[in-house]
Amino acid sequence: MSAITIDKAGPSRKVKYGSISRDRAWALRWSYFFLVLFAIFSLTPPLYMLITSLKSSAEISAATNPWWVYHPTLENYIGLLTSNQFLRFFWNSAWVSIFVVTITMLISVPAAFALARMKFWGSATLATGVFLTYLIPDTLLFIPLFKMFVLIGDWTGIQLINRWYVLLFIYPTLTVPFCTWIMIGYFASIPKELDEAAIIDGASWFQTLTRIFIPVALPGLIAATIFAFTVSWAQFLYPLVFTTSTDQLVLPVGIITTLIKGDVFNWGQIMTGALLGAAPPLIIYAFLMDYYIAGLTAGATKG
Amino acid sequence: MADVALHPNRVQATKATRRRNGLHNALRRKSTVAFLMTLPLILLVAAFVIYPAFYSLHLATLNKSMTKFIGLGNFEFLFKRDTFWLVVKQSCIFAISAVIFKALIGFIVAHFVHNVPANKQRRWRGMLLVPWVIPPAMSTLAWLWLFDPSYSAFNYTLSFFGIGPIPWTGDANWARFSVILVNVWYGAPFFMIMYLAALKSVPEQLYEAAAIDGANWWQRIWYVTLPMMRNIIAITTLFSLIVTFANFDIVRILTAGGPLDHTHIFATWAFRIGIEGSDIPLGASVSLFMVPILAVAAIFILRDISKRGNEA
Amino acid sequence: MAEVSLRKVVKRYDEVEAVRGIDLDIADHEFVVLVGPSGCGKSTTLRMIAGLEDISDGDITIGGDIVNDVPPKDRDIAMVFQNYALYPHMTVAENMSFGLRLKHYPKAEIKSRVTEAARMLDITDLIDRKPKQLSGGQRQRVAMGRAIVRNPKVFLFDEPLSNLDAKLRVQMRIEIKKVHQKVRTTTVYVTHDQVEAMTLADRVVVMNHGRIEQIGAPNELYHKPATRFVASFIGSPAMNFVPCRLEDVGGRLHVRLTDRLAFPLPPARAARYQAVPRTDKLLLGIRPEHIAEARPHLHPGVEPFDAVLDVTEPMGMETLVYFTLEGAQICGRVNPNAGAQDGAPLRLAVDLNNMHLLNEVTGVVL
Repeated sequence: MSAITIDKAGPSRKVKYGSISRDRAWALRWSYFFLVLFAIFSLTPPLYMLITSLKSSAEISAATNPWWVYHPTLENYIGLLTSNQFLRFFWNSAWVSIFVVTITMLISVPAAFALARMKFWGSATLATGVFLTYLIPDTLLFIPLFKMFVLIGDWTGIQLINRWYVLLFIYPTLTVPFCTWIMIGYFASIPKELDEAAIIDGASWFQTLTRIFIPVALPGLIAATIFAFTVSWAQFLYPLVFTTSTDQLVLPVGIITTLIKGDVFNWGQIMTGALLGAAPPLIIYAFLMDYYIAGLTAGATKG
Repeated sequence: MADVALHPNRVQATKATRRRNGLHNALRRKSTVAFLMTLPLILLVAAFVIYPAFYSLHLATLNKSMTKFIGLGNFEFLFKRDTFWLVVKQSCIFAISAVIFKALIGFIVAHFVHNVPANKQRRWRGMLLVPWVIPPAMSTLAWLWLFDPSYSAFNYTLSFFGIGPIPWTGDANWARFSVILVNVWYGAPFFMIMYLAALKSVPEQLYEAAAIDGANWWQRIWYVTLPMMRNIIAITTLFSLIVTFANFDIVRILTAGGPLDHTHIFATWAFRIGIEGSDIPLGASVSLFMVPILAVAAIFILRDISKRGNEA
Repeated sequence: MAEVSLRKVVKRYDEVEAVRGIDLDIADHEFVVLVGPSGCGKSTTLRMIAGLEDISDGDITIGGDIVNDVPPKDRDIAMVFQNYALYPHMTVAENMSFGLRLKHYPKAEIKSRVTEAARMLDITDLIDRKPKQLSGGQRQRVAMGRAIVRNPKVFLFDEPLSNLDAKLRVQMRIEIKKVHQKVRTTTVYVTHDQVEAMTLADRVVVMNHGRIEQIGAPNELYHKPATRFVASFIGSPAMNFVPCRLEDVGGRLHVRLTDRLAFPLPPARAARYQAVPRTDKLLLGIRPEHIAEARPHLHPGVEPFDAVLDVTEPMGMETLVYFTLEGAQICGRVNPNAGAQDGAPLRLAVDLNNMHLLNEVTGVVL
């Protein structure tokens, strides 16, 4: 009796098991197939930048196969990297980003610490307010901000319009709220006992922040720094509105306004410039991908 | 402002007995320190976010030379212009369809990435997030070049299939398609990464329990994955709706609103009128039309975020 | 000199009183354990001593000075937390020396103190590791080491063993006791585990609903509980309570449990309870070890009775038997060879020399 049941169960079970693993294998194959498609979709524009950047103007206008480089040349790179104007854009971008990252961290880390740990009147409302500020887009504020800075110039004689450093006042409105928000999340995830232990060990609030919270929340700090840097580096609208002289432009605006002259598009140089402009965020991303992604998902998952 | 923040300590002071003065001082010191630590943040937000937001309301009520108060005159003017209604329509089409496709593609790709063995996920995730990492102004230039009327690499490829040439940015409908395509390309990775994080947070036992209960692949997604991810889907979608609705870079660089203003959205049109056309009040009025939809999305996000907080 | 005193200490959270007026004197070198169920206010009391919570009313003194308004760092205390609260980015040595470094102690002194504490706790080999690389027991030792190097007036322990598994908990309990014997620092220790309280304490403070129920040496609490709460909280399995009343039968005082079951009281007990009104609703409190199998020759005051067992639990050295009396579940401890079986009758005997009589309404032990 028992032998018969085993006999019956044996093969049917085997078939079932086999079908499950076969299903899995097919699911995996399909997954790879679609992932390859999506990867092609994702990587086509940057790859095309690279391809074009290695072509001479002659090859570009020759209308050969656009996806292939027949005579690779570095003339676009050499041209841009020896052009004072382009280097000026690059350094403007670099300085703006470095300053904005510094300002952002100096503002948002203490604020996040205070909001996460030192409950005071209105602190909960303020934390929510910070998040709401993060949701206000640049496209809503650029006109009144522009007018504000024009008026400040008129009243005080301090001309900020068309100076690259005016961006140092404006970019933090984009970076500080988000950085504060994710730092609140990181700080709040530190167990309460840790600061109590520090207090009993004799640490002041400031020492608790610098010697316990900042080291412990370092991954969050790195994620916030990366975020602030990429936002400052990529920002396009504000510099387009606030700066016009070629020596004050940052990279994205510089490339678009100077390399596109009327209807003449020097595509080899434009693509080279775009690639060089995309390089710093891409390099940071390549080396610090996990922090980058942590910062990206922190906004919604740490709330 | 400082007075307001210190107020609760005064209340405490009246309650507390006199000999507890030292404690009262210490308490005040703590909340004063906390307030000072948030002061730069408050000043920044007040001066460069809240003030300009209200200033924009004021600007919208002035005439072009900003010498006269004209009430709702700018809005009346806008309502009478066909271009305005074109912009309203295009903004909605642009934002809604882009967000839907971003959400769908992100969801599907996240599942595929989740399907592959764990040690290979990192590499795929890394590749697929690249569009989000490149500054949109830079990547849109690449798209512009891919869409070039005479040298389009896409048309070159499509010509082998006997298709085209397609006027990617020359024809109104194709241009609408193109800006949405670029926006989806740029934004879908964000959805993918959010969903992937959410997928990883669903406990494996739930799927095993569902499988034992006899749920098939589709039922597992419908009854386990989606309910577990509902909150993150909502937050991500609403957030993306705000960002997409307020988009500037892609449309500005790809079409600059053309052809014939058919791809203008609020932000690019406000820029055209307010900065390029030097009619600051009218530009401010245009950008103010973003506020209602942004506010609605923000309210829902806030609700979902606080819900998450309560669950935790 | 480091005695700790609490005078009418009150903690209010908005409308809720978490601690409702506590008086407690802890002598120098004493090891006092605050024990009670969760929410009884024991942790709040400890945190008020630490200075992590403000006190709403009353006074706390450490070493004779009122410390109500003194911040934690100036109270010269050290605290060990339930989740250890080790700084994750510092090594064991850095964790232990953090407080000393903040106070700018000379490097040599810091080093010698850390070495000494590490030796005492047997963690010398771990000194350069990060907390992540340590087991639960090792983290607990480091947390204690951090307290020891400070050489404070008072040690405060907040449920330090709750995160350890049962076996390790017993081991660390002994470890804590050893450390206290060496350093003799005044210690206040909070736990919800009555076994921990009994084994560690010089004196146990039983708390309930924000008040102190009883203070006493472990054996005193066990044998002379003052209230029903203490009687039931201390001891495992818990004391049995059976509704009863007193009755005079043939000139002898009896305790009547049911219509059919009444026991004569031994003379010493009878004298003690003579004045209790016969109509009062009472509870007979009897610990499980005082209900055993009936032997042929019973001591005076040990009364036999028959019971039908519901469940038996063989523990090896003894067998726990459960039966029902007047709706109350009663637990007894019998010899494993007494033949106790589920559902079977067994002749048991109750030792009334160790009985307690409680007022059912007030819960006071008479």
